[in-house]
Amino acid sequence: MARNENSIFYGVDRVTLVVYVLLVIMGWLNIYAAVYNEEHQNIFDTTQKYGKQLIWIGGAAVIAFTILLIDANFYTAFAYGFYGFFLAMNILVLFLGKEIKGSHSWFRFGSAGIQPAEFMKFATGLALAKFLSNQNIIINQQFRLRLKDLIKNYKNTVFALLFIVVPLILIIKLQNETGLAIVFIAFIIVLYREGLSVGFLIFGLLTAILFVVALIVTSISGLLITMAVIAASAFLFIRRSRKNLMLVIIVFIAASGVVLTTNYVYNHLEDHQKVRIDVLLGRGTVDLKKEGYNVNQAKIAIGSGGFIGKGYLQGTQTKYDFVPEQDTDFIFCTVGEEWGFVGSTVVIFLELFLILRVIFLAERQRSDFSRIYGYGVASVLFFHLAVNIGMTIGLMPVIGIPLPFFSYGGSSLWSFTILLFIFIKLDSNRLLILR
Amino acid sequence: MSTNSQLGNRKLIIGGFFCLIIVIYLCRLFYIQVIDPQYKLDAEKNAFRYMTEYPVRGYIYDRKGKLLVFNAPSYDLMVIPRETKGCDTIGVCEVLQITKQEYLKRMKKACQAPNSPRKESIFEKQMSAKTYAALQEKLYRFKGFFVQKRTVRRYPKPIAAHLLGYVGEIGKEQAEKDPYYKEGDYIGITGLERSYEDVLRGKKGTQIAITDVHNKIIGRYMDGKYDTLAIAGKALYCTIDRDLQEYGEKLMQGKKGAIVAIEPSTGEILCLVSGPSYDPNLLVGGKERSKNFTKLYYDSLNRPLFNRALTAMYPPGSIFKLIDALIAQNDGLINRNTVYPCQMGYPPMGGKPKCHAHGGGKNLTGSIAASCNSYYSYVFREIVDQRKYPNFIDGYNHWRDVVKTFGPGTRLGTDLPYDKPGNVPSVEYYNKVFGKNGWRSNTIVSLGIGQAELTLVPLQMANVVATIANRGYYFTPHSIKGVGIDRKLDKRFKVKHYVAVQDQTAYLNVIDGMQGALEPGGTAFTNRLKDIVVCGKTGTAQNPHGDDHAVFLAFAPRENPKIAIACIVENAGFGNTWSAPIVTLMIEKYLKGKTERPEVEKRMLEGDLITKNNKKDAIKIKHH
Repeated sequence: MARNENSIFYGVDRVTLVVYVLLVIMGWLNIYAAVYNEEHQNIFDTTQKYGKQLIWIGGAAVIAFTILLIDANFYTAFAYGFYGFFLAMNILVLFLGKEIKGSHSWFRFGSAGIQPAEFMKFATGLALAKFLSNQNIIINQQFRLRLKDLIKNYKNTVFALLFIVVPLILIIKLQNETGLAIVFIAFIIVLYREGLSVGFLIFGLLTAILFVVALIVTSISGLLITMAVIAASAFLFIRRSRKNLMLVIIVFIAASGVVLTTNYVYNHLEDHQKVRIDVLLGRGTVDLKKEGYNVNQAKIAIGSGGFIGKGYLQGTQTKYDFVPEQDTDFIFCTVGEEWGFVGSTVVIFLELFLILRVIFLAERQRSDFSRIYGYGVASVLFFHLAVNIGMTIGLMPVIGIPLPFFSYGGSSLWSFTILLFIFIKLDSNRLLILR
Repeated sequence: MSTNSQLGNRKLIIGGFFCLIIVIYLCRLFYIQVIDPQYKLDAEKNAFRYMTEYPVRGYIYDRKGKLLVFNAPSYDLMVIPRETKGCDTIGVCEVLQITKQEYLKRMKKACQAPNSPRKESIFEKQMSAKTYAALQEKLYRFKGFFVQKRTVRRYPKPIAAHLLGYVGEIGKEQAEKDPYYKEGDYIGITGLERSYEDVLRGKKGTQIAITDVHNKIIGRYMDGKYDTLAIAGKALYCTIDRDLQEYGEKLMQGKKGAIVAIEPSTGEILCLVSGPSYDPNLLVGGKERSKNFTKLYYDSLNRPLFNRALTAMYPPGSIFKLIDALIAQNDGLINRNTVYPCQMGYPPMGGKPKCHAHGGGKNLTGSIAASCNSYYSYVFREIVDQRKYPNFIDGYNHWRDVVKTFGPGTRLGTDLPYDKPGNVPSVEYYNKVFGKNGWRSNTIVSLGIGQAELTLVPLQMANVVATIANRGYYFTPHSIKGVGIDRKLDKRFKVKHYVAVQDQTAYLNVIDGMQGALEPGGTAFTNRLKDIVVCGKTGTAQNPHGDDHAVFLAFAPRENPKIAIACIVENAGFGNTWSAPIVTLMIEKYLKGKTERPEVEKRMLEGDLITKNNKKDAIKIKHH
């Protein structure tokens, strides 16, 4: 089909395409199972979610074709344009959108709604690719913590970070959509691929670990021991040079700062966020009927699937609505219950395969722009995969983000489709031009 | 591109990192899906059914512990539509006496949003005991149906409907806003039921039953570890005296108006009568309730749902002279011996406002006892035009400010909902009506005798007399002594509010005058009591709606007053004819527990002014 240079499928990576279609179909089957009840069996019944999802899938197909039809140069030329446009939409939604459950992120059209934040993902990917593919922009590979260096050597890094941080703060603070916003963290992986020192990543990771430890260890003596361990290991790590002693002290002070502010930060979270962290870390008394309910029910549903599952439409846990949000964020429970460990592995592998395939394709690009954008796609998809499945099996706090191509919902399916197909289009042109 | 080649191995690190996370996830999945049996066991007994247990609403008692409101059981028939397969449909129709169409209609409603075929919804509300008995025998054949026990309010005496308020189904919007309620729940709509909803309602409980895949209940989840018991609502101890309230309502039969009595030393409301009233038992139950409510709601002649004691704004009439007398003395403008002329009216304005024959000019106490209009026209203008202020506008504002400290013109802040503020007209208002500079103190002189635009609600009238009884302060009138066993009372009801008149001689003189009103030569002499010194003031309030309203307020006994009371009877004529007898009977009843003037009592109980006035109106219409 793609032999003809004029065909829109010319150069399109068929492996990616097939995996995409497979995931969407499997997603729909599981949405059907999650919403299934005896009273409504017509799959085209648009009052039911599986009927609506068919409409969303049709729309996604149209979007995919349209993206493939448009010249690839369009995406590079208007990368900043997209970013600016969707940033504006995300601000506009604060004023024109309708408040739903405390979140200001929806434009409503009758019973349907659109979240502009979903589309901010691919726009950020494009803008970041455009910025970093500029020959003059090089991400400093060194790791220095002094303020002087920060200004002199990390100007580009800071600029690149701004592309990520601005929508993140906008969406988390003003639209009140933690799940949608936190995804932008994934773009850090792109920066890493383009040269960001691993030192910063370890630094960030250590801070996060410290935060979690400070939450789990509540006794003062426990905290002191933790601090001592950190100081000792830091000292052992860089004992060779006297100059580094300063660094150890700085690290120690910074770590103390993190530990001491942990409670402050925690206390300033929203109640439901506190609860989710408590549930994950097993802090305090978690009532499985109330705050721990979602995660516990999700685990029960998945766990009861066993090795080969109960069979399609045979799941009792998901069918009887025990798992909340089981068609959107908790769709993986249906997979786990009805298809068992085997089915879960297949789904996870398919998702992972798609992501690795995108990385593989990105690495074969001659254009920096395409490569960087490709990494953006892979990172965003992986972030969703890891957080979504992590929360259903109790390894991540409950953050409401969908499983790519799988969960019910127009905005998410369309935004993932746009994200992926722009990359497929860029990749299809890899032999034609050097961008 | 040199950088890119240096960074080439980072693709492996990223890819490797992704794979590592996924491997961890798969291990975890393998553990919970294949190795750990706990989740499979949980799943088997995981079908929950949540059953709401409704708490008993708090009882309400009167000040002596006599019961005002209690609960009676009531039964709602609930249905979970998707479980009704194989149900004896015809049986259900027979028991409830409904048609098959009605059955299908209700079933459809139970399936549609916001209801759901999987969730319980009300099929028949508050069944009668008879229906419930008939139903219970056959319930095993009605699959998907079950009975939800609730309670409804009952009233041992058919009194105090306006004060107690009623309970009804919560509005849709409110239910969405407040997470405690769901649609179909009950909530206090007016009166005490509304004000103290949080206290009275208690806390709903939930029982979690485990059902198997076929939806049969097989036990309790975790042996009831996560069940919550319903917590009964707390009792309210009301300040109302049940006997006094009942007696007041009897006296107000056939009359429109209100009686409000307050204990001056605490601000506790002793009775709050609004006539005509209705039997609170009418507004409970399912079908009956809505039928009765409609009937009461559309009774435009009597408007029984209208709480006159709190929301009817009446011109106070002559009782307002008490406040004028206090202000003028406090400002040093008059004293006990000040005499003003009266020539059947206010001489400077050609005998207007008019007065009645009481034998010439009076001194201060005499003017109160005889209720001289001329005297208070002088007094009012003295206050407004006093030299202390550069112009009469400031003088008027001074008068208005002082009046407002007694309560009129602002909501008193009682614990009962919906009270009205009354009205003390502002300078801006008069500027609008008469034009700037278009009015003087003589233009508005009738304010001094409680007429013109001045209005008070009966509660405010009672508060004014309580303030005089206390000689300068009041407690915000309130209707509960406390909540629950420890009888907690809001601190704001324990604060003394001092009014702007604190001259004790002024109070003494006014009280002497009020005592005089029930002595020879006073306007209410015929209603004097043998053994109790009552200090009172009559009022005859002209109004645009017909005959004058009869007003009377009083407190008793003179020393250490136990009761301050105001009564207004609409379109009844002189204060002394209707309101003063009612007030003095109430005082007797409260202080002695019995009344000793059977002929007066008989005339009051039998007086039917509503029918009389209606007849008069009918004749008027004919003549037109």
